[in-house]
Amino acid sequence: MKIIVCMKQVPATQKVDIDPETGNLKRSGQSARTNPYDLYALECALRIREQVGGTVTVLTMGPPQAEAMIRDAYSMGADEGVILSDRKFAGSDVLATSYTLAQGIRTLGGADLIICGRQTTDGDTAQIGPAIAEHMHIPHCAWVGAVESVDGEQITLRQNFGSVTQVSRMHYPCLVTVDQDICVPRLPSYRMLKKTEGRSIRTLCFEDLGKKDLSRFGVVGSPTSVERIFAPEVMASNVYVEGTPGEKASQVMAMLQERKYI
Amino acid sequence: MDFLKFSADKCSLCGLCIEKCPFGAISMGEHGIELNENCRMCRICVRECPNQALYFEQKARKEDKSKWNGILVYAEQERGEIHPVVYELIGEARKLAAPVNYQVYAVMAGPEGTADNARKLLQYGVREVFVYEHAGFAGFKADCYTDAVADCISSLKPSVVLVGGTSLGRSLAPRLSTRFHTGLTADCTKLEMKSNTDLVQIRPAFGGNIMAQILIANSRPQFATVRYKVMDRAEKVADPSGKVTLCPVTDLMVKSSIEVLSAQVLEHEKSIEEEDVLIVAGRGAVKALDQLKELADLMGGQLCFTRPMVESGYGDTAHQIGLSGRTVKPKLIMTFGVSGAIQFTACMNGSECIVAVNNDPEAPIFKLASICVQDDLYEVLPAMIQEMKSRKGGE
Repeated sequence: MKIIVCMKQVPATQKVDIDPETGNLKRSGQSARTNPYDLYALECALRIREQVGGTVTVLTMGPPQAEAMIRDAYSMGADEGVILSDRKFAGSDVLATSYTLAQGIRTLGGADLIICGRQTTDGDTAQIGPAIAEHMHIPHCAWVGAVESVDGEQITLRQNFGSVTQVSRMHYPCLVTVDQDICVPRLPSYRMLKKTEGRSIRTLCFEDLGKKDLSRFGVVGSPTSVERIFAPEVMASNVYVEGTPGEKASQVMAMLQERKYI
Repeated sequence: MDFLKFSADKCSLCGLCIEKCPFGAISMGEHGIELNENCRMCRICVRECPNQALYFEQKARKEDKSKWNGILVYAEQERGEIHPVVYELIGEARKLAAPVNYQVYAVMAGPEGTADNARKLLQYGVREVFVYEHAGFAGFKADCYTDAVADCISSLKPSVVLVGGTSLGRSLAPRLSTRFHTGLTADCTKLEMKSNTDLVQIRPAFGGNIMAQILIANSRPQFATVRYKVMDRAEKVADPSGKVTLCPVTDLMVKSSIEVLSAQVLEHEKSIEEEDVLIVAGRGAVKALDQLKELADLMGGQLCFTRPMVESGYGDTAHQIGLSGRTVKPKLIMTFGVSGAIQFTACMNGSECIVAVNNDPEAPIFKLASICVQDDLYEVLPAMIQEMKSRKGGE
């Protein structure tokens, strides 16, 4: 069985400041980490491989620095890592990113099972997984909290829809996006790190893909565009209470009672 | 550069683009400015350049916007009832529709009983509800639901499609927008309609303290998801004049590759979205969780958590507030040891009254709070519990 896990490297820090006068973004540092939600996807894939056999390929789109993430994935047990990297992919929104990933998956010969994390911590949209499934014309189940059973033909999953859980079964090929309740990701192992030291990482660029329609990639293939960015407005009447901790507590409670909250 | 072009004869080497670039992607090279791989194509440099020396050479395809009219709301059903987010989407759709003389439509797919639910929407001023009712729509199958709603979109050609930012909606919307090769903006917190029918979509972005204003200027329809409790619920109209239209369901539409084996309604424990009072534990309150639980019980609310707390295992995702958790709009929310990152505040800033307790005077949460307590929560909290107990005892 061939499993592809889509992963992403995200900024390590969430701290971004904006200068309210110039509107400039100020990013502190450029360090990156693996999107934490993707580790659940990788762990889920590794467990399925342990059960039914096959290979786990990690696929990412991003700059060549994503190698560090692939190395980590190798030391967790992934068999193969592929980076989709090209200047032509820059500025991709959900449509162009999912299209590029889908083209990458096709170039790799397809997959029986594609697993994505629930969302990234930098985009927070949770849209890429279902969008890839649509590009590939395969079914998907999102918000998967548990794999009920899996074999070489099909997979049965428990999906969380707020107040309802649903058990669904799909035949391959299909795509799932997993919640963080699904498993606890293993730590990278030193033994695996050593063992996979010499393993290559494949890079796919625009020219390597089957479809070479430039209008589908990067900023040109992205129907959404950011018109402007700005600092969130500050609302509220900031009333500061003063005094000892005890006095502050009783002032707050008095104000809340006055406003009929308690 | 493939798309971002630089014209050396126009460049005055003023360096403004280098200064303005948020990603440090531009530097001064031998032959003028140079871009490196940090470029995210955010286009800030293009806008900022006083000499138009930076520009995009290619333009995306253009859609004839006049062929796409009206606003379509996806009316989700949960356990046989209309999800409350639908009424909020209709309310917002009506506000957006008015200035451009659009009509508001709704589309539903579901098993028996769907058409009956559809009729309930008419009194909120929906012009027409398109209903795909079939036993095959029992249980959520992303492929079937996509086929049904896509069928409606293809014939109606709406300019805007609004989908609730629920688990189900966020599974459906990306498939739909992808099928129509158009844009989708997730979790919009504010929407505005331009006179040229472009929908201005505002959402927190860049994973930081930034709001982004997003346009889908060259494609139609324009898809947006909006979370529950972000927009105001629609008012009923005095003279509802809309109608319910039953749409034919083809065999192909209900033929799914997803087999729903069972569905189970979770024991209904009040979700945090439904609470009037919420107490939130942030990273600064790790050692006060029992006391916070006690305060929450005394005040008749629930204890919730920020993302770092849930990631560290102190709480579950059903009690997590933030972009990766829930959006809440209680009457009263009290945060303890919460700094107030945008991913958190964007999902609770609609609360009527915000009380923040934090010992860091610089914590961004204070900018948002109605009542600020800048002090050690481990001293303030026991006093608050005492106050609550004595107030309760005095009743």
